[in-house]
Amino acid sequence: MAITPHDPVGQSPHGPETASEKPRRVRGHAARRRWIKTLTPWLFISPFIIIFSVFTAFPLVFSGYLSFQEWNPVAGLSSMEFVGWDNYALALDDPWMWKSLYNTAWLAIVSGIPQHLIAIPVAYLLVTAVRSGVRQFYTATFFVPFITSTVAISLIFYTIYSGNSGILNQWLVAISKWPVFSSFLGWVEEAMPIRWLNSSDLIKPSIAFVVIWKYTGFNIVIYSAGFLTVSKDLYDAAKVDGCNAWQQFWNIALPMIRPFAFFAVTLTIIGNLQMFEEPFVLTSGNSGGVGQSGLTASYYLYLVGWEWLEMGAAAAISWVLFLFIAIVTAVHFYFNGKKGLGGDR
Amino acid sequence: MTTLDTQEPELRVTIPRKRTRSFPRLGKFATHAFMIVGLLVTIFPFAWVALMATHSRTEIYSSPPPFWIGDNLTENYIKLLEVMPFWTVLFNSLWVAVAGTVGAVLFCSMCAYGFFAYDFKGKNVIFGIMIASMMVPPVLGLIPFFLTVQFLGLLDTHLAIWLPGIANAFGIFLIRQYMMQSISRDLLDAAKVDGASEFRIFWSVVLPLIKPALATLAIVMFIGLWNNFLTPLIVLSSPDKYVLTLALRSVQSLANSPWGAIMLGTFLSMLPLLIAFLFFSRQMMAGLTAGAVKG
Repeated sequence: MAITPHDPVGQSPHGPETASEKPRRVRGHAARRRWIKTLTPWLFISPFIIIFSVFTAFPLVFSGYLSFQEWNPVAGLSSMEFVGWDNYALALDDPWMWKSLYNTAWLAIVSGIPQHLIAIPVAYLLVTAVRSGVRQFYTATFFVPFITSTVAISLIFYTIYSGNSGILNQWLVAISKWPVFSSFLGWVEEAMPIRWLNSSDLIKPSIAFVVIWKYTGFNIVIYSAGFLTVSKDLYDAAKVDGCNAWQQFWNIALPMIRPFAFFAVTLTIIGNLQMFEEPFVLTSGNSGGVGQSGLTASYYLYLVGWEWLEMGAAAAISWVLFLFIAIVTAVHFYFNGKKGLGGDR
Repeated sequence: MTTLDTQEPELRVTIPRKRTRSFPRLGKFATHAFMIVGLLVTIFPFAWVALMATHSRTEIYSSPPPFWIGDNLTENYIKLLEVMPFWTVLFNSLWVAVAGTVGAVLFCSMCAYGFFAYDFKGKNVIFGIMIASMMVPPVLGLIPFFLTVQFLGLLDTHLAIWLPGIANAFGIFLIRQYMMQSISRDLLDAAKVDGASEFRIFWSVVLPLIKPALATLAIVMFIGLWNNFLTPLIVLSSPDKYVLTLALRSVQSLANSPWGAIMLGTFLSMLPLLIAFLFFSRQMMAGLTAGAVKG
């Protein structure tokens, strides 16, 4: 508010009449306080409202709108053209789209399930059979890959997987010459060089291994926390009743960690269905690798939006992908949710 | 012992100490052998990248592979500076991570306080929307996010990377939950009676009490921003604005890429978090799995 020196009432926030009479001024003051009282909470949450509207809510709505338009962003807003369901039809017609959805599902399953199949027994062993101090050391080490950037990890594995005398291939050759292994690894030498990242059959397993390697430690920590909540009395009671070690694990410990398992599996599903960085770096950003067998849905979305500059089609694809994720998550919640949450609620 | 620990104190006491009896000696030996194999598989890529950082490209792909420390470290360093402005890029990463972390700690706690301390019309609706927004996969908004950034004139700026995260739903929810557990209404009322202003109550009474939650959020934010790749990939275009992840990825597909130098850069990019993890492993693990254990 601009205050000129000739304007004596400008200094008062309540205008001229509040200065004239005492009762009125009090009422004005009270009104102002009430205003402040209503406004305060909104001021506190205003950062969320602003950031959320600009960077989340608006993009979501706009993405719905955009998916019915054909638009090349380089040509400016005026080049937008309504095309109805064309983008969706186009996306569903594109064989790359289906390939990418298939790859995504394949990778989600093959890189998801082993994480948990390894993490659960490892966490159980760590909690029940390893001293607390040593356990801390093991879990911390297993956790290291999780805090490291996916790009760095993928670059390291890119050199490890290298077909031309990468360390993995060299090891395979060396091992195949050992007396015991030579009988069933004899084929390795002839198969060299094995192109882990440049053959359509091997690229998905190679990507899956990196994902398993990175996230198993995270799951071990979650499951350890779960197994730690199982009290020793329960095991003791089971032992008195004649349960052996396996029964203690299967019938006592496993049911107790259901809420943890539910949470960990949910994270794996949501994360794996959006997998982007591992396949992107391991195929050196090159259209999904040989025969697009490393092309995941997010990767495809990136190609359509930023390499081919088809923003409308990319928006349509993101809704298809969203539907895909929503359905898979809903199925998971339906079948596992009640039991998963039943433990603590 | 910090309060960041994932286990409730009474649970920690019940850790079974002597469970060795159900696992005979052989079983114990097998357990440790199994764990050690796991450790080796986990550590190998880290050891490998450190080793490769000291070798030239030809040595890395030589046969037999070099299992010793090479003498190409300085050459790799010079090459690294040739292919990317490494220290500028490192500084960019640091700036993005620090700015985003400080912003998030400040604004998430502010918003969380708004949801925690006041009852107002529309609160439940907004809170519900916030929780729902956590379930929406970020990929869905990627394209319009990019267009929004473009529209705001933030393309090719670092602001576009860290600004969207400073009032994120996860952080607000995390801190609000912590406030519910650790701050009593009476305390707020007492402060009000003493005549403290609303903002002062938040700043001098509440903030010091929620430090552990702030630390958790800071850890999650810093690691997330430091490792972020997708947002920089779509937002940044000039190489001197690149962050580490993007710069490393961009030299991957150079013709005749100097792999020794790239491995050196990769190793250096991981080093800060690895060193931090050496000292704060407990806090970092607790922070990154906070949602799981409290969930």
